[in-house]
Amino acid sequence: MSAQPLAESLVQSVDWLAVAPPVIAAAVGLGVLVADLFLPEARKAVLGWVSVAGLAVAVLMLLPLLDGDRSTFCLTGGATRACSYTADHFTLVIQFLVLGGALLAALLSVTNLTDDQRRVPPGEFWFLLLSSAAGAALLPASRDLATLIVALEVASLPAFALVGIRHGDERSSEAALKFFLSSVTATAVSLMGISFVYASTGTLYLTQVAQRLPHVGGQLHTLAQAGVVLTLIGFAFKTAAVPFHFWVPDTYVGAPLPVAAYLSVVGKAVGFSGLILVTVVAFPSYADVWGPALAALAALTMTVGNVGALRQQATRAYSAVRLLAWSSVGQAGYLLVPIAAAGYARDPQKAIGSTVAYALMYGAVNLGAFAVAAVVGRSRALNRISDYRGLYATNPLTALLLAFFLLCLAGLPPGIIGLFAKVTVFSAAVDAGLGWLAVVMAVNVVIALFYYLQWTALLFRAPEGEPARHRVPAPLTAALTLTGVLGVALSGAPQLVLRFAATGLF
Amino acid sequence: MIDINESVMQFLLAFVVVGPLLGAVAALLPAPPGLKGKSPEQAVLRHGVTVTGAILIAAIVLALGFDQGHPSRMQATTDISWIPALDVRIHLGIDGISLPLVVLTALLTFLCALYSYFKPPAGGSPKAFVALLLLLESGTLATFAVLDLLLFFLAFEMVLIPMYFLIARWGGEGRTHAAWKFILFTLLGSVVMLLGLLLIGIKAGTFDMVALATDNGRSLTASVQVIAVLAIGIGLAVKSPMWPAHSWLPDAHTAAPTVGSVLLAGVLLKMGTYGFVRILLPIAPHGFHTFAPYLAAFAVVGIIYGSLACLALAKRGAKGDLKRLIAYSSVGHMGFVLLGIATMTPTGVNGALFANIAHGLITGLLFFLVGALKDRTGTTDLDTLAEETGLALYGKAPRLGGLLAFGAVASLGLPGLAGFWGEMLALFGAFKPAADLSRPAFLTFMAIGAFGTLLTAAYMLIVVRRVCMGGAEQEVPKLADVHGYEFAAWTPLVALTVVAGLWPRTLLGLTDPAVHQLLAGGTR
Repeated sequence: MSAQPLAESLVQSVDWLAVAPPVIAAAVGLGVLVADLFLPEARKAVLGWVSVAGLAVAVLMLLPLLDGDRSTFCLTGGATRACSYTADHFTLVIQFLVLGGALLAALLSVTNLTDDQRRVPPGEFWFLLLSSAAGAALLPASRDLATLIVALEVASLPAFALVGIRHGDERSSEAALKFFLSSVTATAVSLMGISFVYASTGTLYLTQVAQRLPHVGGQLHTLAQAGVVLTLIGFAFKTAAVPFHFWVPDTYVGAPLPVAAYLSVVGKAVGFSGLILVTVVAFPSYADVWGPALAALAALTMTVGNVGALRQQATRAYSAVRLLAWSSVGQAGYLLVPIAAAGYARDPQKAIGSTVAYALMYGAVNLGAFAVAAVVGRSRALNRISDYRGLYATNPLTALLLAFFLLCLAGLPPGIIGLFAKVTVFSAAVDAGLGWLAVVMAVNVVIALFYYLQWTALLFRAPEGEPARHRVPAPLTAALTLTGVLGVALSGAPQLVLRFAATGLF
Repeated sequence: MIDINESVMQFLLAFVVVGPLLGAVAALLPAPPGLKGKSPEQAVLRHGVTVTGAILIAAIVLALGFDQGHPSRMQATTDISWIPALDVRIHLGIDGISLPLVVLTALLTFLCALYSYFKPPAGGSPKAFVALLLLLESGTLATFAVLDLLLFFLAFEMVLIPMYFLIARWGGEGRTHAAWKFILFTLLGSVVMLLGLLLIGIKAGTFDMVALATDNGRSLTASVQVIAVLAIGIGLAVKSPMWPAHSWLPDAHTAAPTVGSVLLAGVLLKMGTYGFVRILLPIAPHGFHTFAPYLAAFAVVGIIYGSLACLALAKRGAKGDLKRLIAYSSVGHMGFVLLGIATMTPTGVNGALFANIAHGLITGLLFFLVGALKDRTGTTDLDTLAEETGLALYGKAPRLGGLLAFGAVASLGLPGLAGFWGEMLALFGAFKPAADLSRPAFLTFMAIGAFGTLLTAAYMLIVVRRVCMGGAEQEVPKLADVHGYEFAAWTPLVALTVVAGLWPRTLLGLTDPAVHQLLAGGTR
C-alpha cells in the first residue's frame, strides 16, 4: 500500500533542461578524455576546439532558462518545499560568468597548448578544465549544503591538477602542492562547520537551515554559531580573502597563464557565490556575526592585495602575472564589500546584486588583461611588466585594449564600466551605513590607481632596444575581441550589468 | 539674443559635450584621403584646430541663442535615462552660471589647439596629444553641462587621465613626479567626494541636481548634510585648490607644457569652484552653512599664503620659477573665489563666479606668455632671466613685454580690467555675509583678504620690474617679438579681459538671477 508513494518520492523526474549547462560541460569533458585515447598525435588540436564548442553550447543552454523559475531534485512531501538545484536569476548570472570565463580561458589555452605541446598533455588538460567548469556551474545552483560542498570540490580538485600540469616544471608542482594543501585544509574546516550546522538544525537545505537556525535550542546555540563561522572560512579561502590569500601569487605564477586567468575569475566566482548562498540564503539570522566579520575581511583583503601589488617591481621575472595576482586579491576585497553590506542592509538582495554586477565587469576586463599578457608572454617568456614598454609602438590596438582593461580595473574613465561598478559597490556600503569601509575602499582605489596607471603609462613609452612585434594568433584574437567588445559595450550601456544591482536575484 | 529653436539648442549642447569625444577617437584613426595634409603630424594638429573650432562656434551659437531674459532657467535641456539601476540620467542643461564657463572652456581649448598647430609641443606624437586635448575638453565641458550628480562625478574623473598624460609625456623637468602628485591628490579627493554624492543621492532618493536644488536640502537631515558637505567639500577643495590641499598645483604647473598649464589654470580649477556653487550651496545649504566660516578662513589663509609664496619666489636670488609663481598666484586668486562662495550672499557668489572667469582669462594669458618666454630664452627661472639688472623685455621684445605687463596688472586687480570686479565683489560679500553667519569673523576675513590684494600687487610689480624693465643700455641680442599665431591666440584673451573689466554687466547680468535662485532654492 505504501510502496507506490515511496517509489514516487524516490524516483523523481529530473528537469534536464535546468541542469543542462553543468551537465553539458561535464559530458564534453568526459568525451574529450575518451577521444584523446583514440586520436593520433597530429590531430589533438581538435580536442581544444571541441571543448571550446562545448562550453559555448553550455553558455547557449542558459537561454531557454531565462525566465528563472526552474528547480529540480526537490524534496517532495513535508510542509516546506526545498530543492537541491534551482535555476533562478542568481544561478543563471553566475553560470554565465563561470561558463563564459571558462570559455575565454579555453580560448587562451588553445594557443598555449600548441606553444607548450611537449609539456602539457592536451586530453587531460581539457578534461580537467571542463570538469572544473562543470563544478563551478553547479555551485551557484545548489541549494543544500551537501551539494554545495560537492560542487566546491568538483570545481577545485581539477584546478589543483591544472596548476601542476606542466611536466618537469618544479615551480608548477610546488604551486600545485601549496594550493592543494591550503585548500584541502579550508574544505575540511568548512565540512566540519556544515556538520555542526546539520547537527543543530537537522537539515541540509539552505532555506530550511535559515528557518530553523533562529530556533535552535539553548544548549546547541554555541554549536550552531561555531558551525556558521567554520563554514564561512572555507568559502573565504576560495575567494582568496586575506588571511587565506598567500597561495595566490605563487600559484598564479606557477600555473600555465590561461589557468591563472581561469582561477582569477572562475575560482573567485565560485568562492563568492558560495559565500553569498551560505550567508544570505542559509544564515540570514546570523547577519550580526558574518556582517562585521566580512566587512573586516573585505577591508583587510583589499588593503593587503593592493599594497602587495604596489610592491611589485617591474623588472622582476613574471611581474606582470604577479601584479595581476595581487590585484585580483584587492579586487576580491571590493567583491566582499556588498556581501558584508548585505549583513546590515534592509534589502540584502540589492547589495548582493552589486557584487554580481562588479564580478561580471571584473570577469570581462580581467580576462582581457590576461589575454594581452598571453600575447606578450609568447615572445617574452619572462612576462615582466617592463616587457610591456612601448607595446603601443608595435601593437597599437593590443596596447589600447590593455590600457582600457587596466583603467576599467582601476575604475577611471575611459573605463566607464569600471567606474560605475565601483560606484555600485560604494553605494551598497554607504546605503548599509558602512561609512568606514567605504573610506577604506576609497583609499584603496587610489593605491590601486597608482600601479594600474604606472603599467598603462609604460605601454605608451618609447620602446627600449629592438621592439618585438607580437604575433596574435586567431584564438587570442577571438578572446581579445570578445573581452574588448564586452568592455566597450558595457561602458556605453552599463545598465546591462548594473541592473542586477537594482533587482532581486533570488 | 537670437531666437533659436529649442531642439537645435539641445543638439548644440549635446554636440558640445560629445563632439570632442568623437574628435578624440577620430584623431587616433588614420586621416581619410583628402585630409592628409603635408604630413600626418600636420594633419592631426589641424584636425584638433578644426574640432575645437567647431565646438567653439557651437558654444558661441549656444550663447547667442541663450534666452538672456531668463538666465536662471535651465535651457537647452536634455533628459534621457541612461542607467536606471543607479538612477543615472543623461541630464544636460545650461543656465547663467554654467554658460560663461562653457564658452570659456571652448575658447581656451581652441586657442590651445591653435597655438599647438603652429608650435607643436615637444615630446610624444602629436596624434596622442590632440586626442588627449579633445578628451580633456569633453570632460571639462561635460562637468559644466551635466545636471546629474553621478554624471558630474564621471565628468570630473574624465579629465584626470588626459591631464596626467599631458604632464607626464609633454612636460618639463620633474614631470613624472608632478603628474603623479596631480592625479593621486585629485583622485583621493574625488573618491571621497563620490561618497558624499552617494550619501546625498541615497538619502534624497535622486541624483538629479535640479530636483535636489529645488528641494533645497529639505529632505536631508542636518547630520547627513554636514557629512555630505564635508566629503564633497574635500574633493572640490583639492581641485580648486584650497589651502592646505593645494600642494599638487605648483608642481603640476611648473612641469606641465604651456598648453597644459593654460587649461589647468583656466579650466580645471574652475571645476572645483563650480561644484561648490552648483552642488553644495543649493543642495545642502545647512551643511554648507556649518562649514562656511572654516571655508572662508582657509580661503583667506590661501590668499595670504599664495601671495607670500609669490613674494618669496620673486625675490632676487630665490631661484624662483615664473610658472611656479603664477601657480601660487592662482592659489591666492582661487582663495578670493572661495571666500566669495563662503559668504553665501548673492554679492559674494556673483563675485566668485566673475573672479572664476577673470582668472581663467588672465592666468591663461600669463601662462601663454611665460611659455612663449621659455621658448625664446629656454628657461623660466626668474634669476637666470633677470640676471643682475633685469631682462629688459621692453627693449628686447616690446610687444611681448607689454603683454606681460598687461597680464600682470590685470592679475593684480587693476580697476578697469577683469581681475578687479570679482575680487571686489567677493570682499563686499564678506563685508556683509549671509544673515546667520558671524559678521565679525567675516569682517576679519575681509580685512585679511584686502591686505592680500596689496601683497598681490607687490609681487606682480616686482615681476614686471625684473622681467620687463632692465638695466643700462648694453649690447643685448634681441628676442623674437610676438609672432602672428601668438597674436591670434592671445588677442581674444586680452580683448575679453578688457571687455569684462569695462562692462561687467555682460557677465553679472547672466549670473546674478541664477545665483539668487540657487541661494533661495528652487527653480522655476
